[in-house]
Amino acid sequence: MAIRVVKPGMLTTVQDAGRWGYQARGVPVAGPMDLLSHRVGNALVGNDRAAATLEITLLGPELEFESERVVAVTGAEFDLALDGKPARINAPFLVASGSHLQFLARKKGTRAYLAISGGVATPVVLGSRATHLVSAMGGYEGRALRAGDRVTLGQSAAGATSAHALEEPVVALPEGGATLRVLPGPQDDYFAPDALDVLQSAPYVVGANSDRMGFRLDGPRLTHARGADIISDATPLGVLQVPASGLPILLMADRQTTGGYPIVATVISADMSMAGQLGPGDRITFAACTPREAMSALIAQERALMALGA
Amino acid sequence: MTGVSGVSVPRIVAAGDAALVVEFEARIDPAINARAIALADAIQSAALEGVRDVVPTYRSVAVYFDPLRTDYDTLVKRVEHEALAPQKEPSSARAPIRVPVCYGGACGPDLPGVAAFAGVSEEDVIRAHSAGTYRVFMLGFVPGFAYMGTVDSRIAMPRHATPRVRVPLGSVGIAGVQTGIYPAETPGGWQLIGRTPVKPFDPQRPEPFLLQAGDTVQFYAISREEFEQWPSA
Repeated sequence: MAIRVVKPGMLTTVQDAGRWGYQARGVPVAGPMDLLSHRVGNALVGNDRAAATLEITLLGPELEFESERVVAVTGAEFDLALDGKPARINAPFLVASGSHLQFLARKKGTRAYLAISGGVATPVVLGSRATHLVSAMGGYEGRALRAGDRVTLGQSAAGATSAHALEEPVVALPEGGATLRVLPGPQDDYFAPDALDVLQSAPYVVGANSDRMGFRLDGPRLTHARGADIISDATPLGVLQVPASGLPILLMADRQTTGGYPIVATVISADMSMAGQLGPGDRITFAACTPREAMSALIAQERALMALGA
Repeated sequence: MTGVSGVSVPRIVAAGDAALVVEFEARIDPAINARAIALADAIQSAALEGVRDVVPTYRSVAVYFDPLRTDYDTLVKRVEHEALAPQKEPSSARAPIRVPVCYGGACGPDLPGVAAFAGVSEEDVIRAHSAGTYRVFMLGFVPGFAYMGTVDSRIAMPRHATPRVRVPLGSVGIAGVQTGIYPAETPGGWQLIGRTPVKPFDPQRPEPFLLQAGDTVQFYAISREEFEQWPSA
């Protein structure tokens, strides 16, 4: 019960909801860059939300299935071919044993999720199957997939899904850019008083050397009030860490557990899946919001997910 | 701020909508670090609804939570309660962990440089490094990497301006008053004075991590031959 990798794509990794509980030992959380699309994918094929999917980046893979499965592709918009015939994204479909699933042209977004009934069943490391590339942990031997790999699948409860196609993707895919809402802090007092205004004054561009650890941003420079070094502190998902250059780095799924630069603001949870769909060259407009707005956005999102059974 | 007992009250700040940070004084100090670790232990043991991860650092504690299962105000009250409760003896207090190190030669390519920096012999650097009892202030950087201190000021050489692309697994380094062991082959800028055959992190072991915050560590010298023949755990 496996899939065979015919072509790996640019960066295809096994991800689940992340490796929580070990950050005190320096173990990064990892997990999907777009958690919502990952969850919806699992729901569409009747998987538990803890199941692992494949995260596909920019250039998709070609996979051969060794057993019959229900699959769904969510997140970034790709043209799909199943044994050469078009297949739909955001909808569950059956893949017969021996069939080939090909990812073709990408239309929008950066990362797609391939959910497979039964889930990807690579070994669990410290409670999770998520791949952390830098520490070579989890997933398929701690690395991105390569041609010839055989990726083990879990037991599939046949015909378990009663889900139907989504009318629209759950994460609105950014076209060239997105607005991300932020809450100030936790170290906004390490910056000049106008830092939050500067942050919102013009869009930032996601740099070419951006990856699953973080996005290097180019745009208005922020001024530190007390130097750019702090005693190493925790680095939650979505923080905007600002080194001496004054240019923020948005920390993403594979971030280290701690960092030594002050954090000016933090992107709200509800906008992080959208952030995960950005890629090099995309623009980010930051907009400050209140904790109440952050919470309402998250609750609205969770309602939409629950309605899908995710 | 000072509480009734004379213990300073930590500052609690939100870090986005899914984490909060409890900040003690912004200094590297074993007593402050001990308070952070004790608080992290207390929050962990309280097994609060919705808390996903508790991370002590040199001088703070980050509490990661699921905002759909708890809320900031509730957590702040609980954390303040734990912070003001009398500090328990740290449950993590363990006997010093002794770590064998093959110093110098191919194991420690920067030993001559550190000796030159300190104006002493290589043997003196080894003696100074292995005489210390170090505190694990926190873990970070990569899984199982412990930031330890405090290194004898004479041998406290700053890190390399340009990091090495690849530091071998088990390398023991110095960066100013900090010392540490590389648990994986990674890039790194610390001054490498030796190498241990003991793995700081091995996910296949029943206890994957050699060290946790609050531990004390002593290094002792072994020969190159002992290093080569060390039984792998």
